[in-house]
Amino acid sequence: MDLYRSHVLVCGGTGCASSESGRIIDNFNELLIEHGLDKEVKIVKTGCFGLCEAGPVVVVYPEGAFYSMIKVSDVPTIVEEHLLKGRIVTDLLYKDHTTSETMNSIDEVGFYKKQRRVALRNCGVINPESIEEYIAFDGYQALGNVLTEMSPNQVIDIVKRSGLRGRGGGGFPTGTKWEFTQKAVGDLKYVACNADEGDPGAFMDRSVLEGDPHAIVEAMAIAGYAVGASKGFVYVRAEYPIAVKRLQIAIDQAKENGLLGEDIFGTGFNFDMEIRLGAGAFVCGEETALIASIEGKRGMPRVRPPFPAVKGIFDKPTLLNNVETFANIPQIILKGAEWFASIGTEKSKGTKVFALAGKINNTGLLEIPMGTTLREAIYDVGGGIPNGKAFKAVQTGGPSGGCIPAEYLDTPIDYDNLIALGSMMGSGGMIVLDEDNCMVDVARFFLDFTEEESCGKCTPCREGTKRMHELLDKIVDGKGTMDDVAKLETLAKTIKGASLCGLGQTAPNPVLSTLKYFRHEYEAHVLDHKCPAGVCSALLQYLVVPDLCKKCGICAAKCPVNCISGVKGKEVYLIDQDKCIKCGACMDACPFKAIKKG
Amino acid sequence: MKSIAELEAIRKRAQEGVKLRSEKGGVRVVVGMATCGIAAGARPVMMAFVEEINKRELKNVVITQTGCIGACRLEPMVEVYQGEEKITYVKLTAEDARKIVAEHLVNGRVVKECTIGAYEK
Repeated sequence: MDLYRSHVLVCGGTGCASSESGRIIDNFNELLIEHGLDKEVKIVKTGCFGLCEAGPVVVVYPEGAFYSMIKVSDVPTIVEEHLLKGRIVTDLLYKDHTTSETMNSIDEVGFYKKQRRVALRNCGVINPESIEEYIAFDGYQALGNVLTEMSPNQVIDIVKRSGLRGRGGGGFPTGTKWEFTQKAVGDLKYVACNADEGDPGAFMDRSVLEGDPHAIVEAMAIAGYAVGASKGFVYVRAEYPIAVKRLQIAIDQAKENGLLGEDIFGTGFNFDMEIRLGAGAFVCGEETALIASIEGKRGMPRVRPPFPAVKGIFDKPTLLNNVETFANIPQIILKGAEWFASIGTEKSKGTKVFALAGKINNTGLLEIPMGTTLREAIYDVGGGIPNGKAFKAVQTGGPSGGCIPAEYLDTPIDYDNLIALGSMMGSGGMIVLDEDNCMVDVARFFLDFTEEESCGKCTPCREGTKRMHELLDKIVDGKGTMDDVAKLETLAKTIKGASLCGLGQTAPNPVLSTLKYFRHEYEAHVLDHKCPAGVCSALLQYLVVPDLCKKCGICAAKCPVNCISGVKGKEVYLIDQDKCIKCGACMDACPFKAIKKG
Repeated sequence: MKSIAELEAIRKRAQEGVKLRSEKGGVRVVVGMATCGIAAGARPVMMAFVEEINKRELKNVVITQTGCIGACRLEPMVEVYQGEEKITYVKLTAEDARKIVAEHLVNGRVVKECTIGAYEK
């Protein structure tokens, strides 16, 4: 490996790649050659740094200078100033939202301070397409230790004692799952990785595969040894092209280096793996549907038991874990069960990755110890709500989760606390809602998603989500009755109890939790025909305030449907409510704030 | 991969390549690379540092650049920071750089004849 005096790390995750980080890398390489620096400075394409809000992110070592929102046109400045002359380009450094301070080094950035990175430890640190860099950061050591020094039972014992629980949402104890698969009788067994990440806004699995794919390869080989499997499948959606590409590179490199294949480390253990691409159906994240899809059948769930540990892929015992669960395994083996169990709460050990989105300053990926409060996650790591708006609720667990209101902000995050609040951990989506979000509309948004994604096999989910959606449409249009609200609640409880798989069992959660904590908003829609947040357009009116109107006519000029009438300079303008499409363009355009929403 | 030793060998080699990203503290070699420094030949001096440090597999040493230190007539200038101590070397050549790595960084003896004190006498 060549040695360089400086490393320039450029984020190559999906977020930054879509804002041209690929061109930024090319530009760096061209300019380094032009300035004769290509032998001194190395450009490294890494996985996601987590702070996607500030992307594209570029970090220059040895200083650790943290440049954010870099454009292709900024590259010459960084090359000429920083790399050639050694002067950090202060203007391009990341600025903290809360303090407006410029951060020189990545270590000073508040977003990273409360985080503890286990599953994401290599994301944004190594080049995911280089097996050497993974090995340099202790990669494949855990596999080596397991194969040469431990029995399968010892491996399962460590995973059990660590207290690791499934990170895909279920929260089932991982070690117990491994033990079930090991004890199941079968001539052939499989290890499978669930990378069918479907929650809108959640992208932790993608980031692990993009930023540290070798960790998954290593962990699956360890799991294969523990349960007695020699073949692994990774089920990943085809809409994650970068993740798929890097994982394939990792598998190929592992094979070339003899870390996959036959007689690994000379111990006689064989393990091989392959990628299976999914078409992006949400239900395929459910384990039995995923297995059906791997077998080439239509992705639909079936009744459990038998569980996959007994009868899985091609009816063979199968260990199925989520990407993030696997990403923790090598660290648990290397650092010990006690180390892992020392992080987190009594019943939820370790750390959890969350995808923070919605009304939040630091949109991105964060990894925090279990037991961190929602407030710390949202305000200390997430940087709070933009534009001085008030926090209303946080939606966790995606379409399967619920909304948690402000009074529970100090709840420590763990599996059981979130379920007690009527939500769930899910895969770790965390969507922050502020005063401008209508909770009925939010519930309707998620119902729209689950109705679309329902596979149709069982009636409660197929029909029930559709009827719930209709009732919500009615309420949002101002045509609902209190009877409809009651019907909605009964329906939600029935679907929760009667559906076949996790999709249907959790689909009513957004409705139930908003009914529990924000019933007054439903009542406002039904009884007062008002949307308190001013979102539901059927219940909105835009009005010109005559006293404030300066008769300038700007609103009328902006109106896309010409429904504002008046005479410039002479008459106060008037909005025709029948024609108005409630787009809000007039309100944005008025320089005198003479148009109000009500 | 047939043995743990083989993995360990790759790891040792690969760690050299990434140490920049994890190491804190240690020795900093700061090369003046403003226009004055570059014009006086700072680049070959810095490259000599990079090569020599890598050749000797010195750990805990980072090379960074800085702007004009103010004494342009003494360029190429290099400052070596170690804990609280700072040594300023002036009018360096690539040869001097190699000597500084061998004497100062490896053996801990300051190369007196290249320091600013010796030159200004």
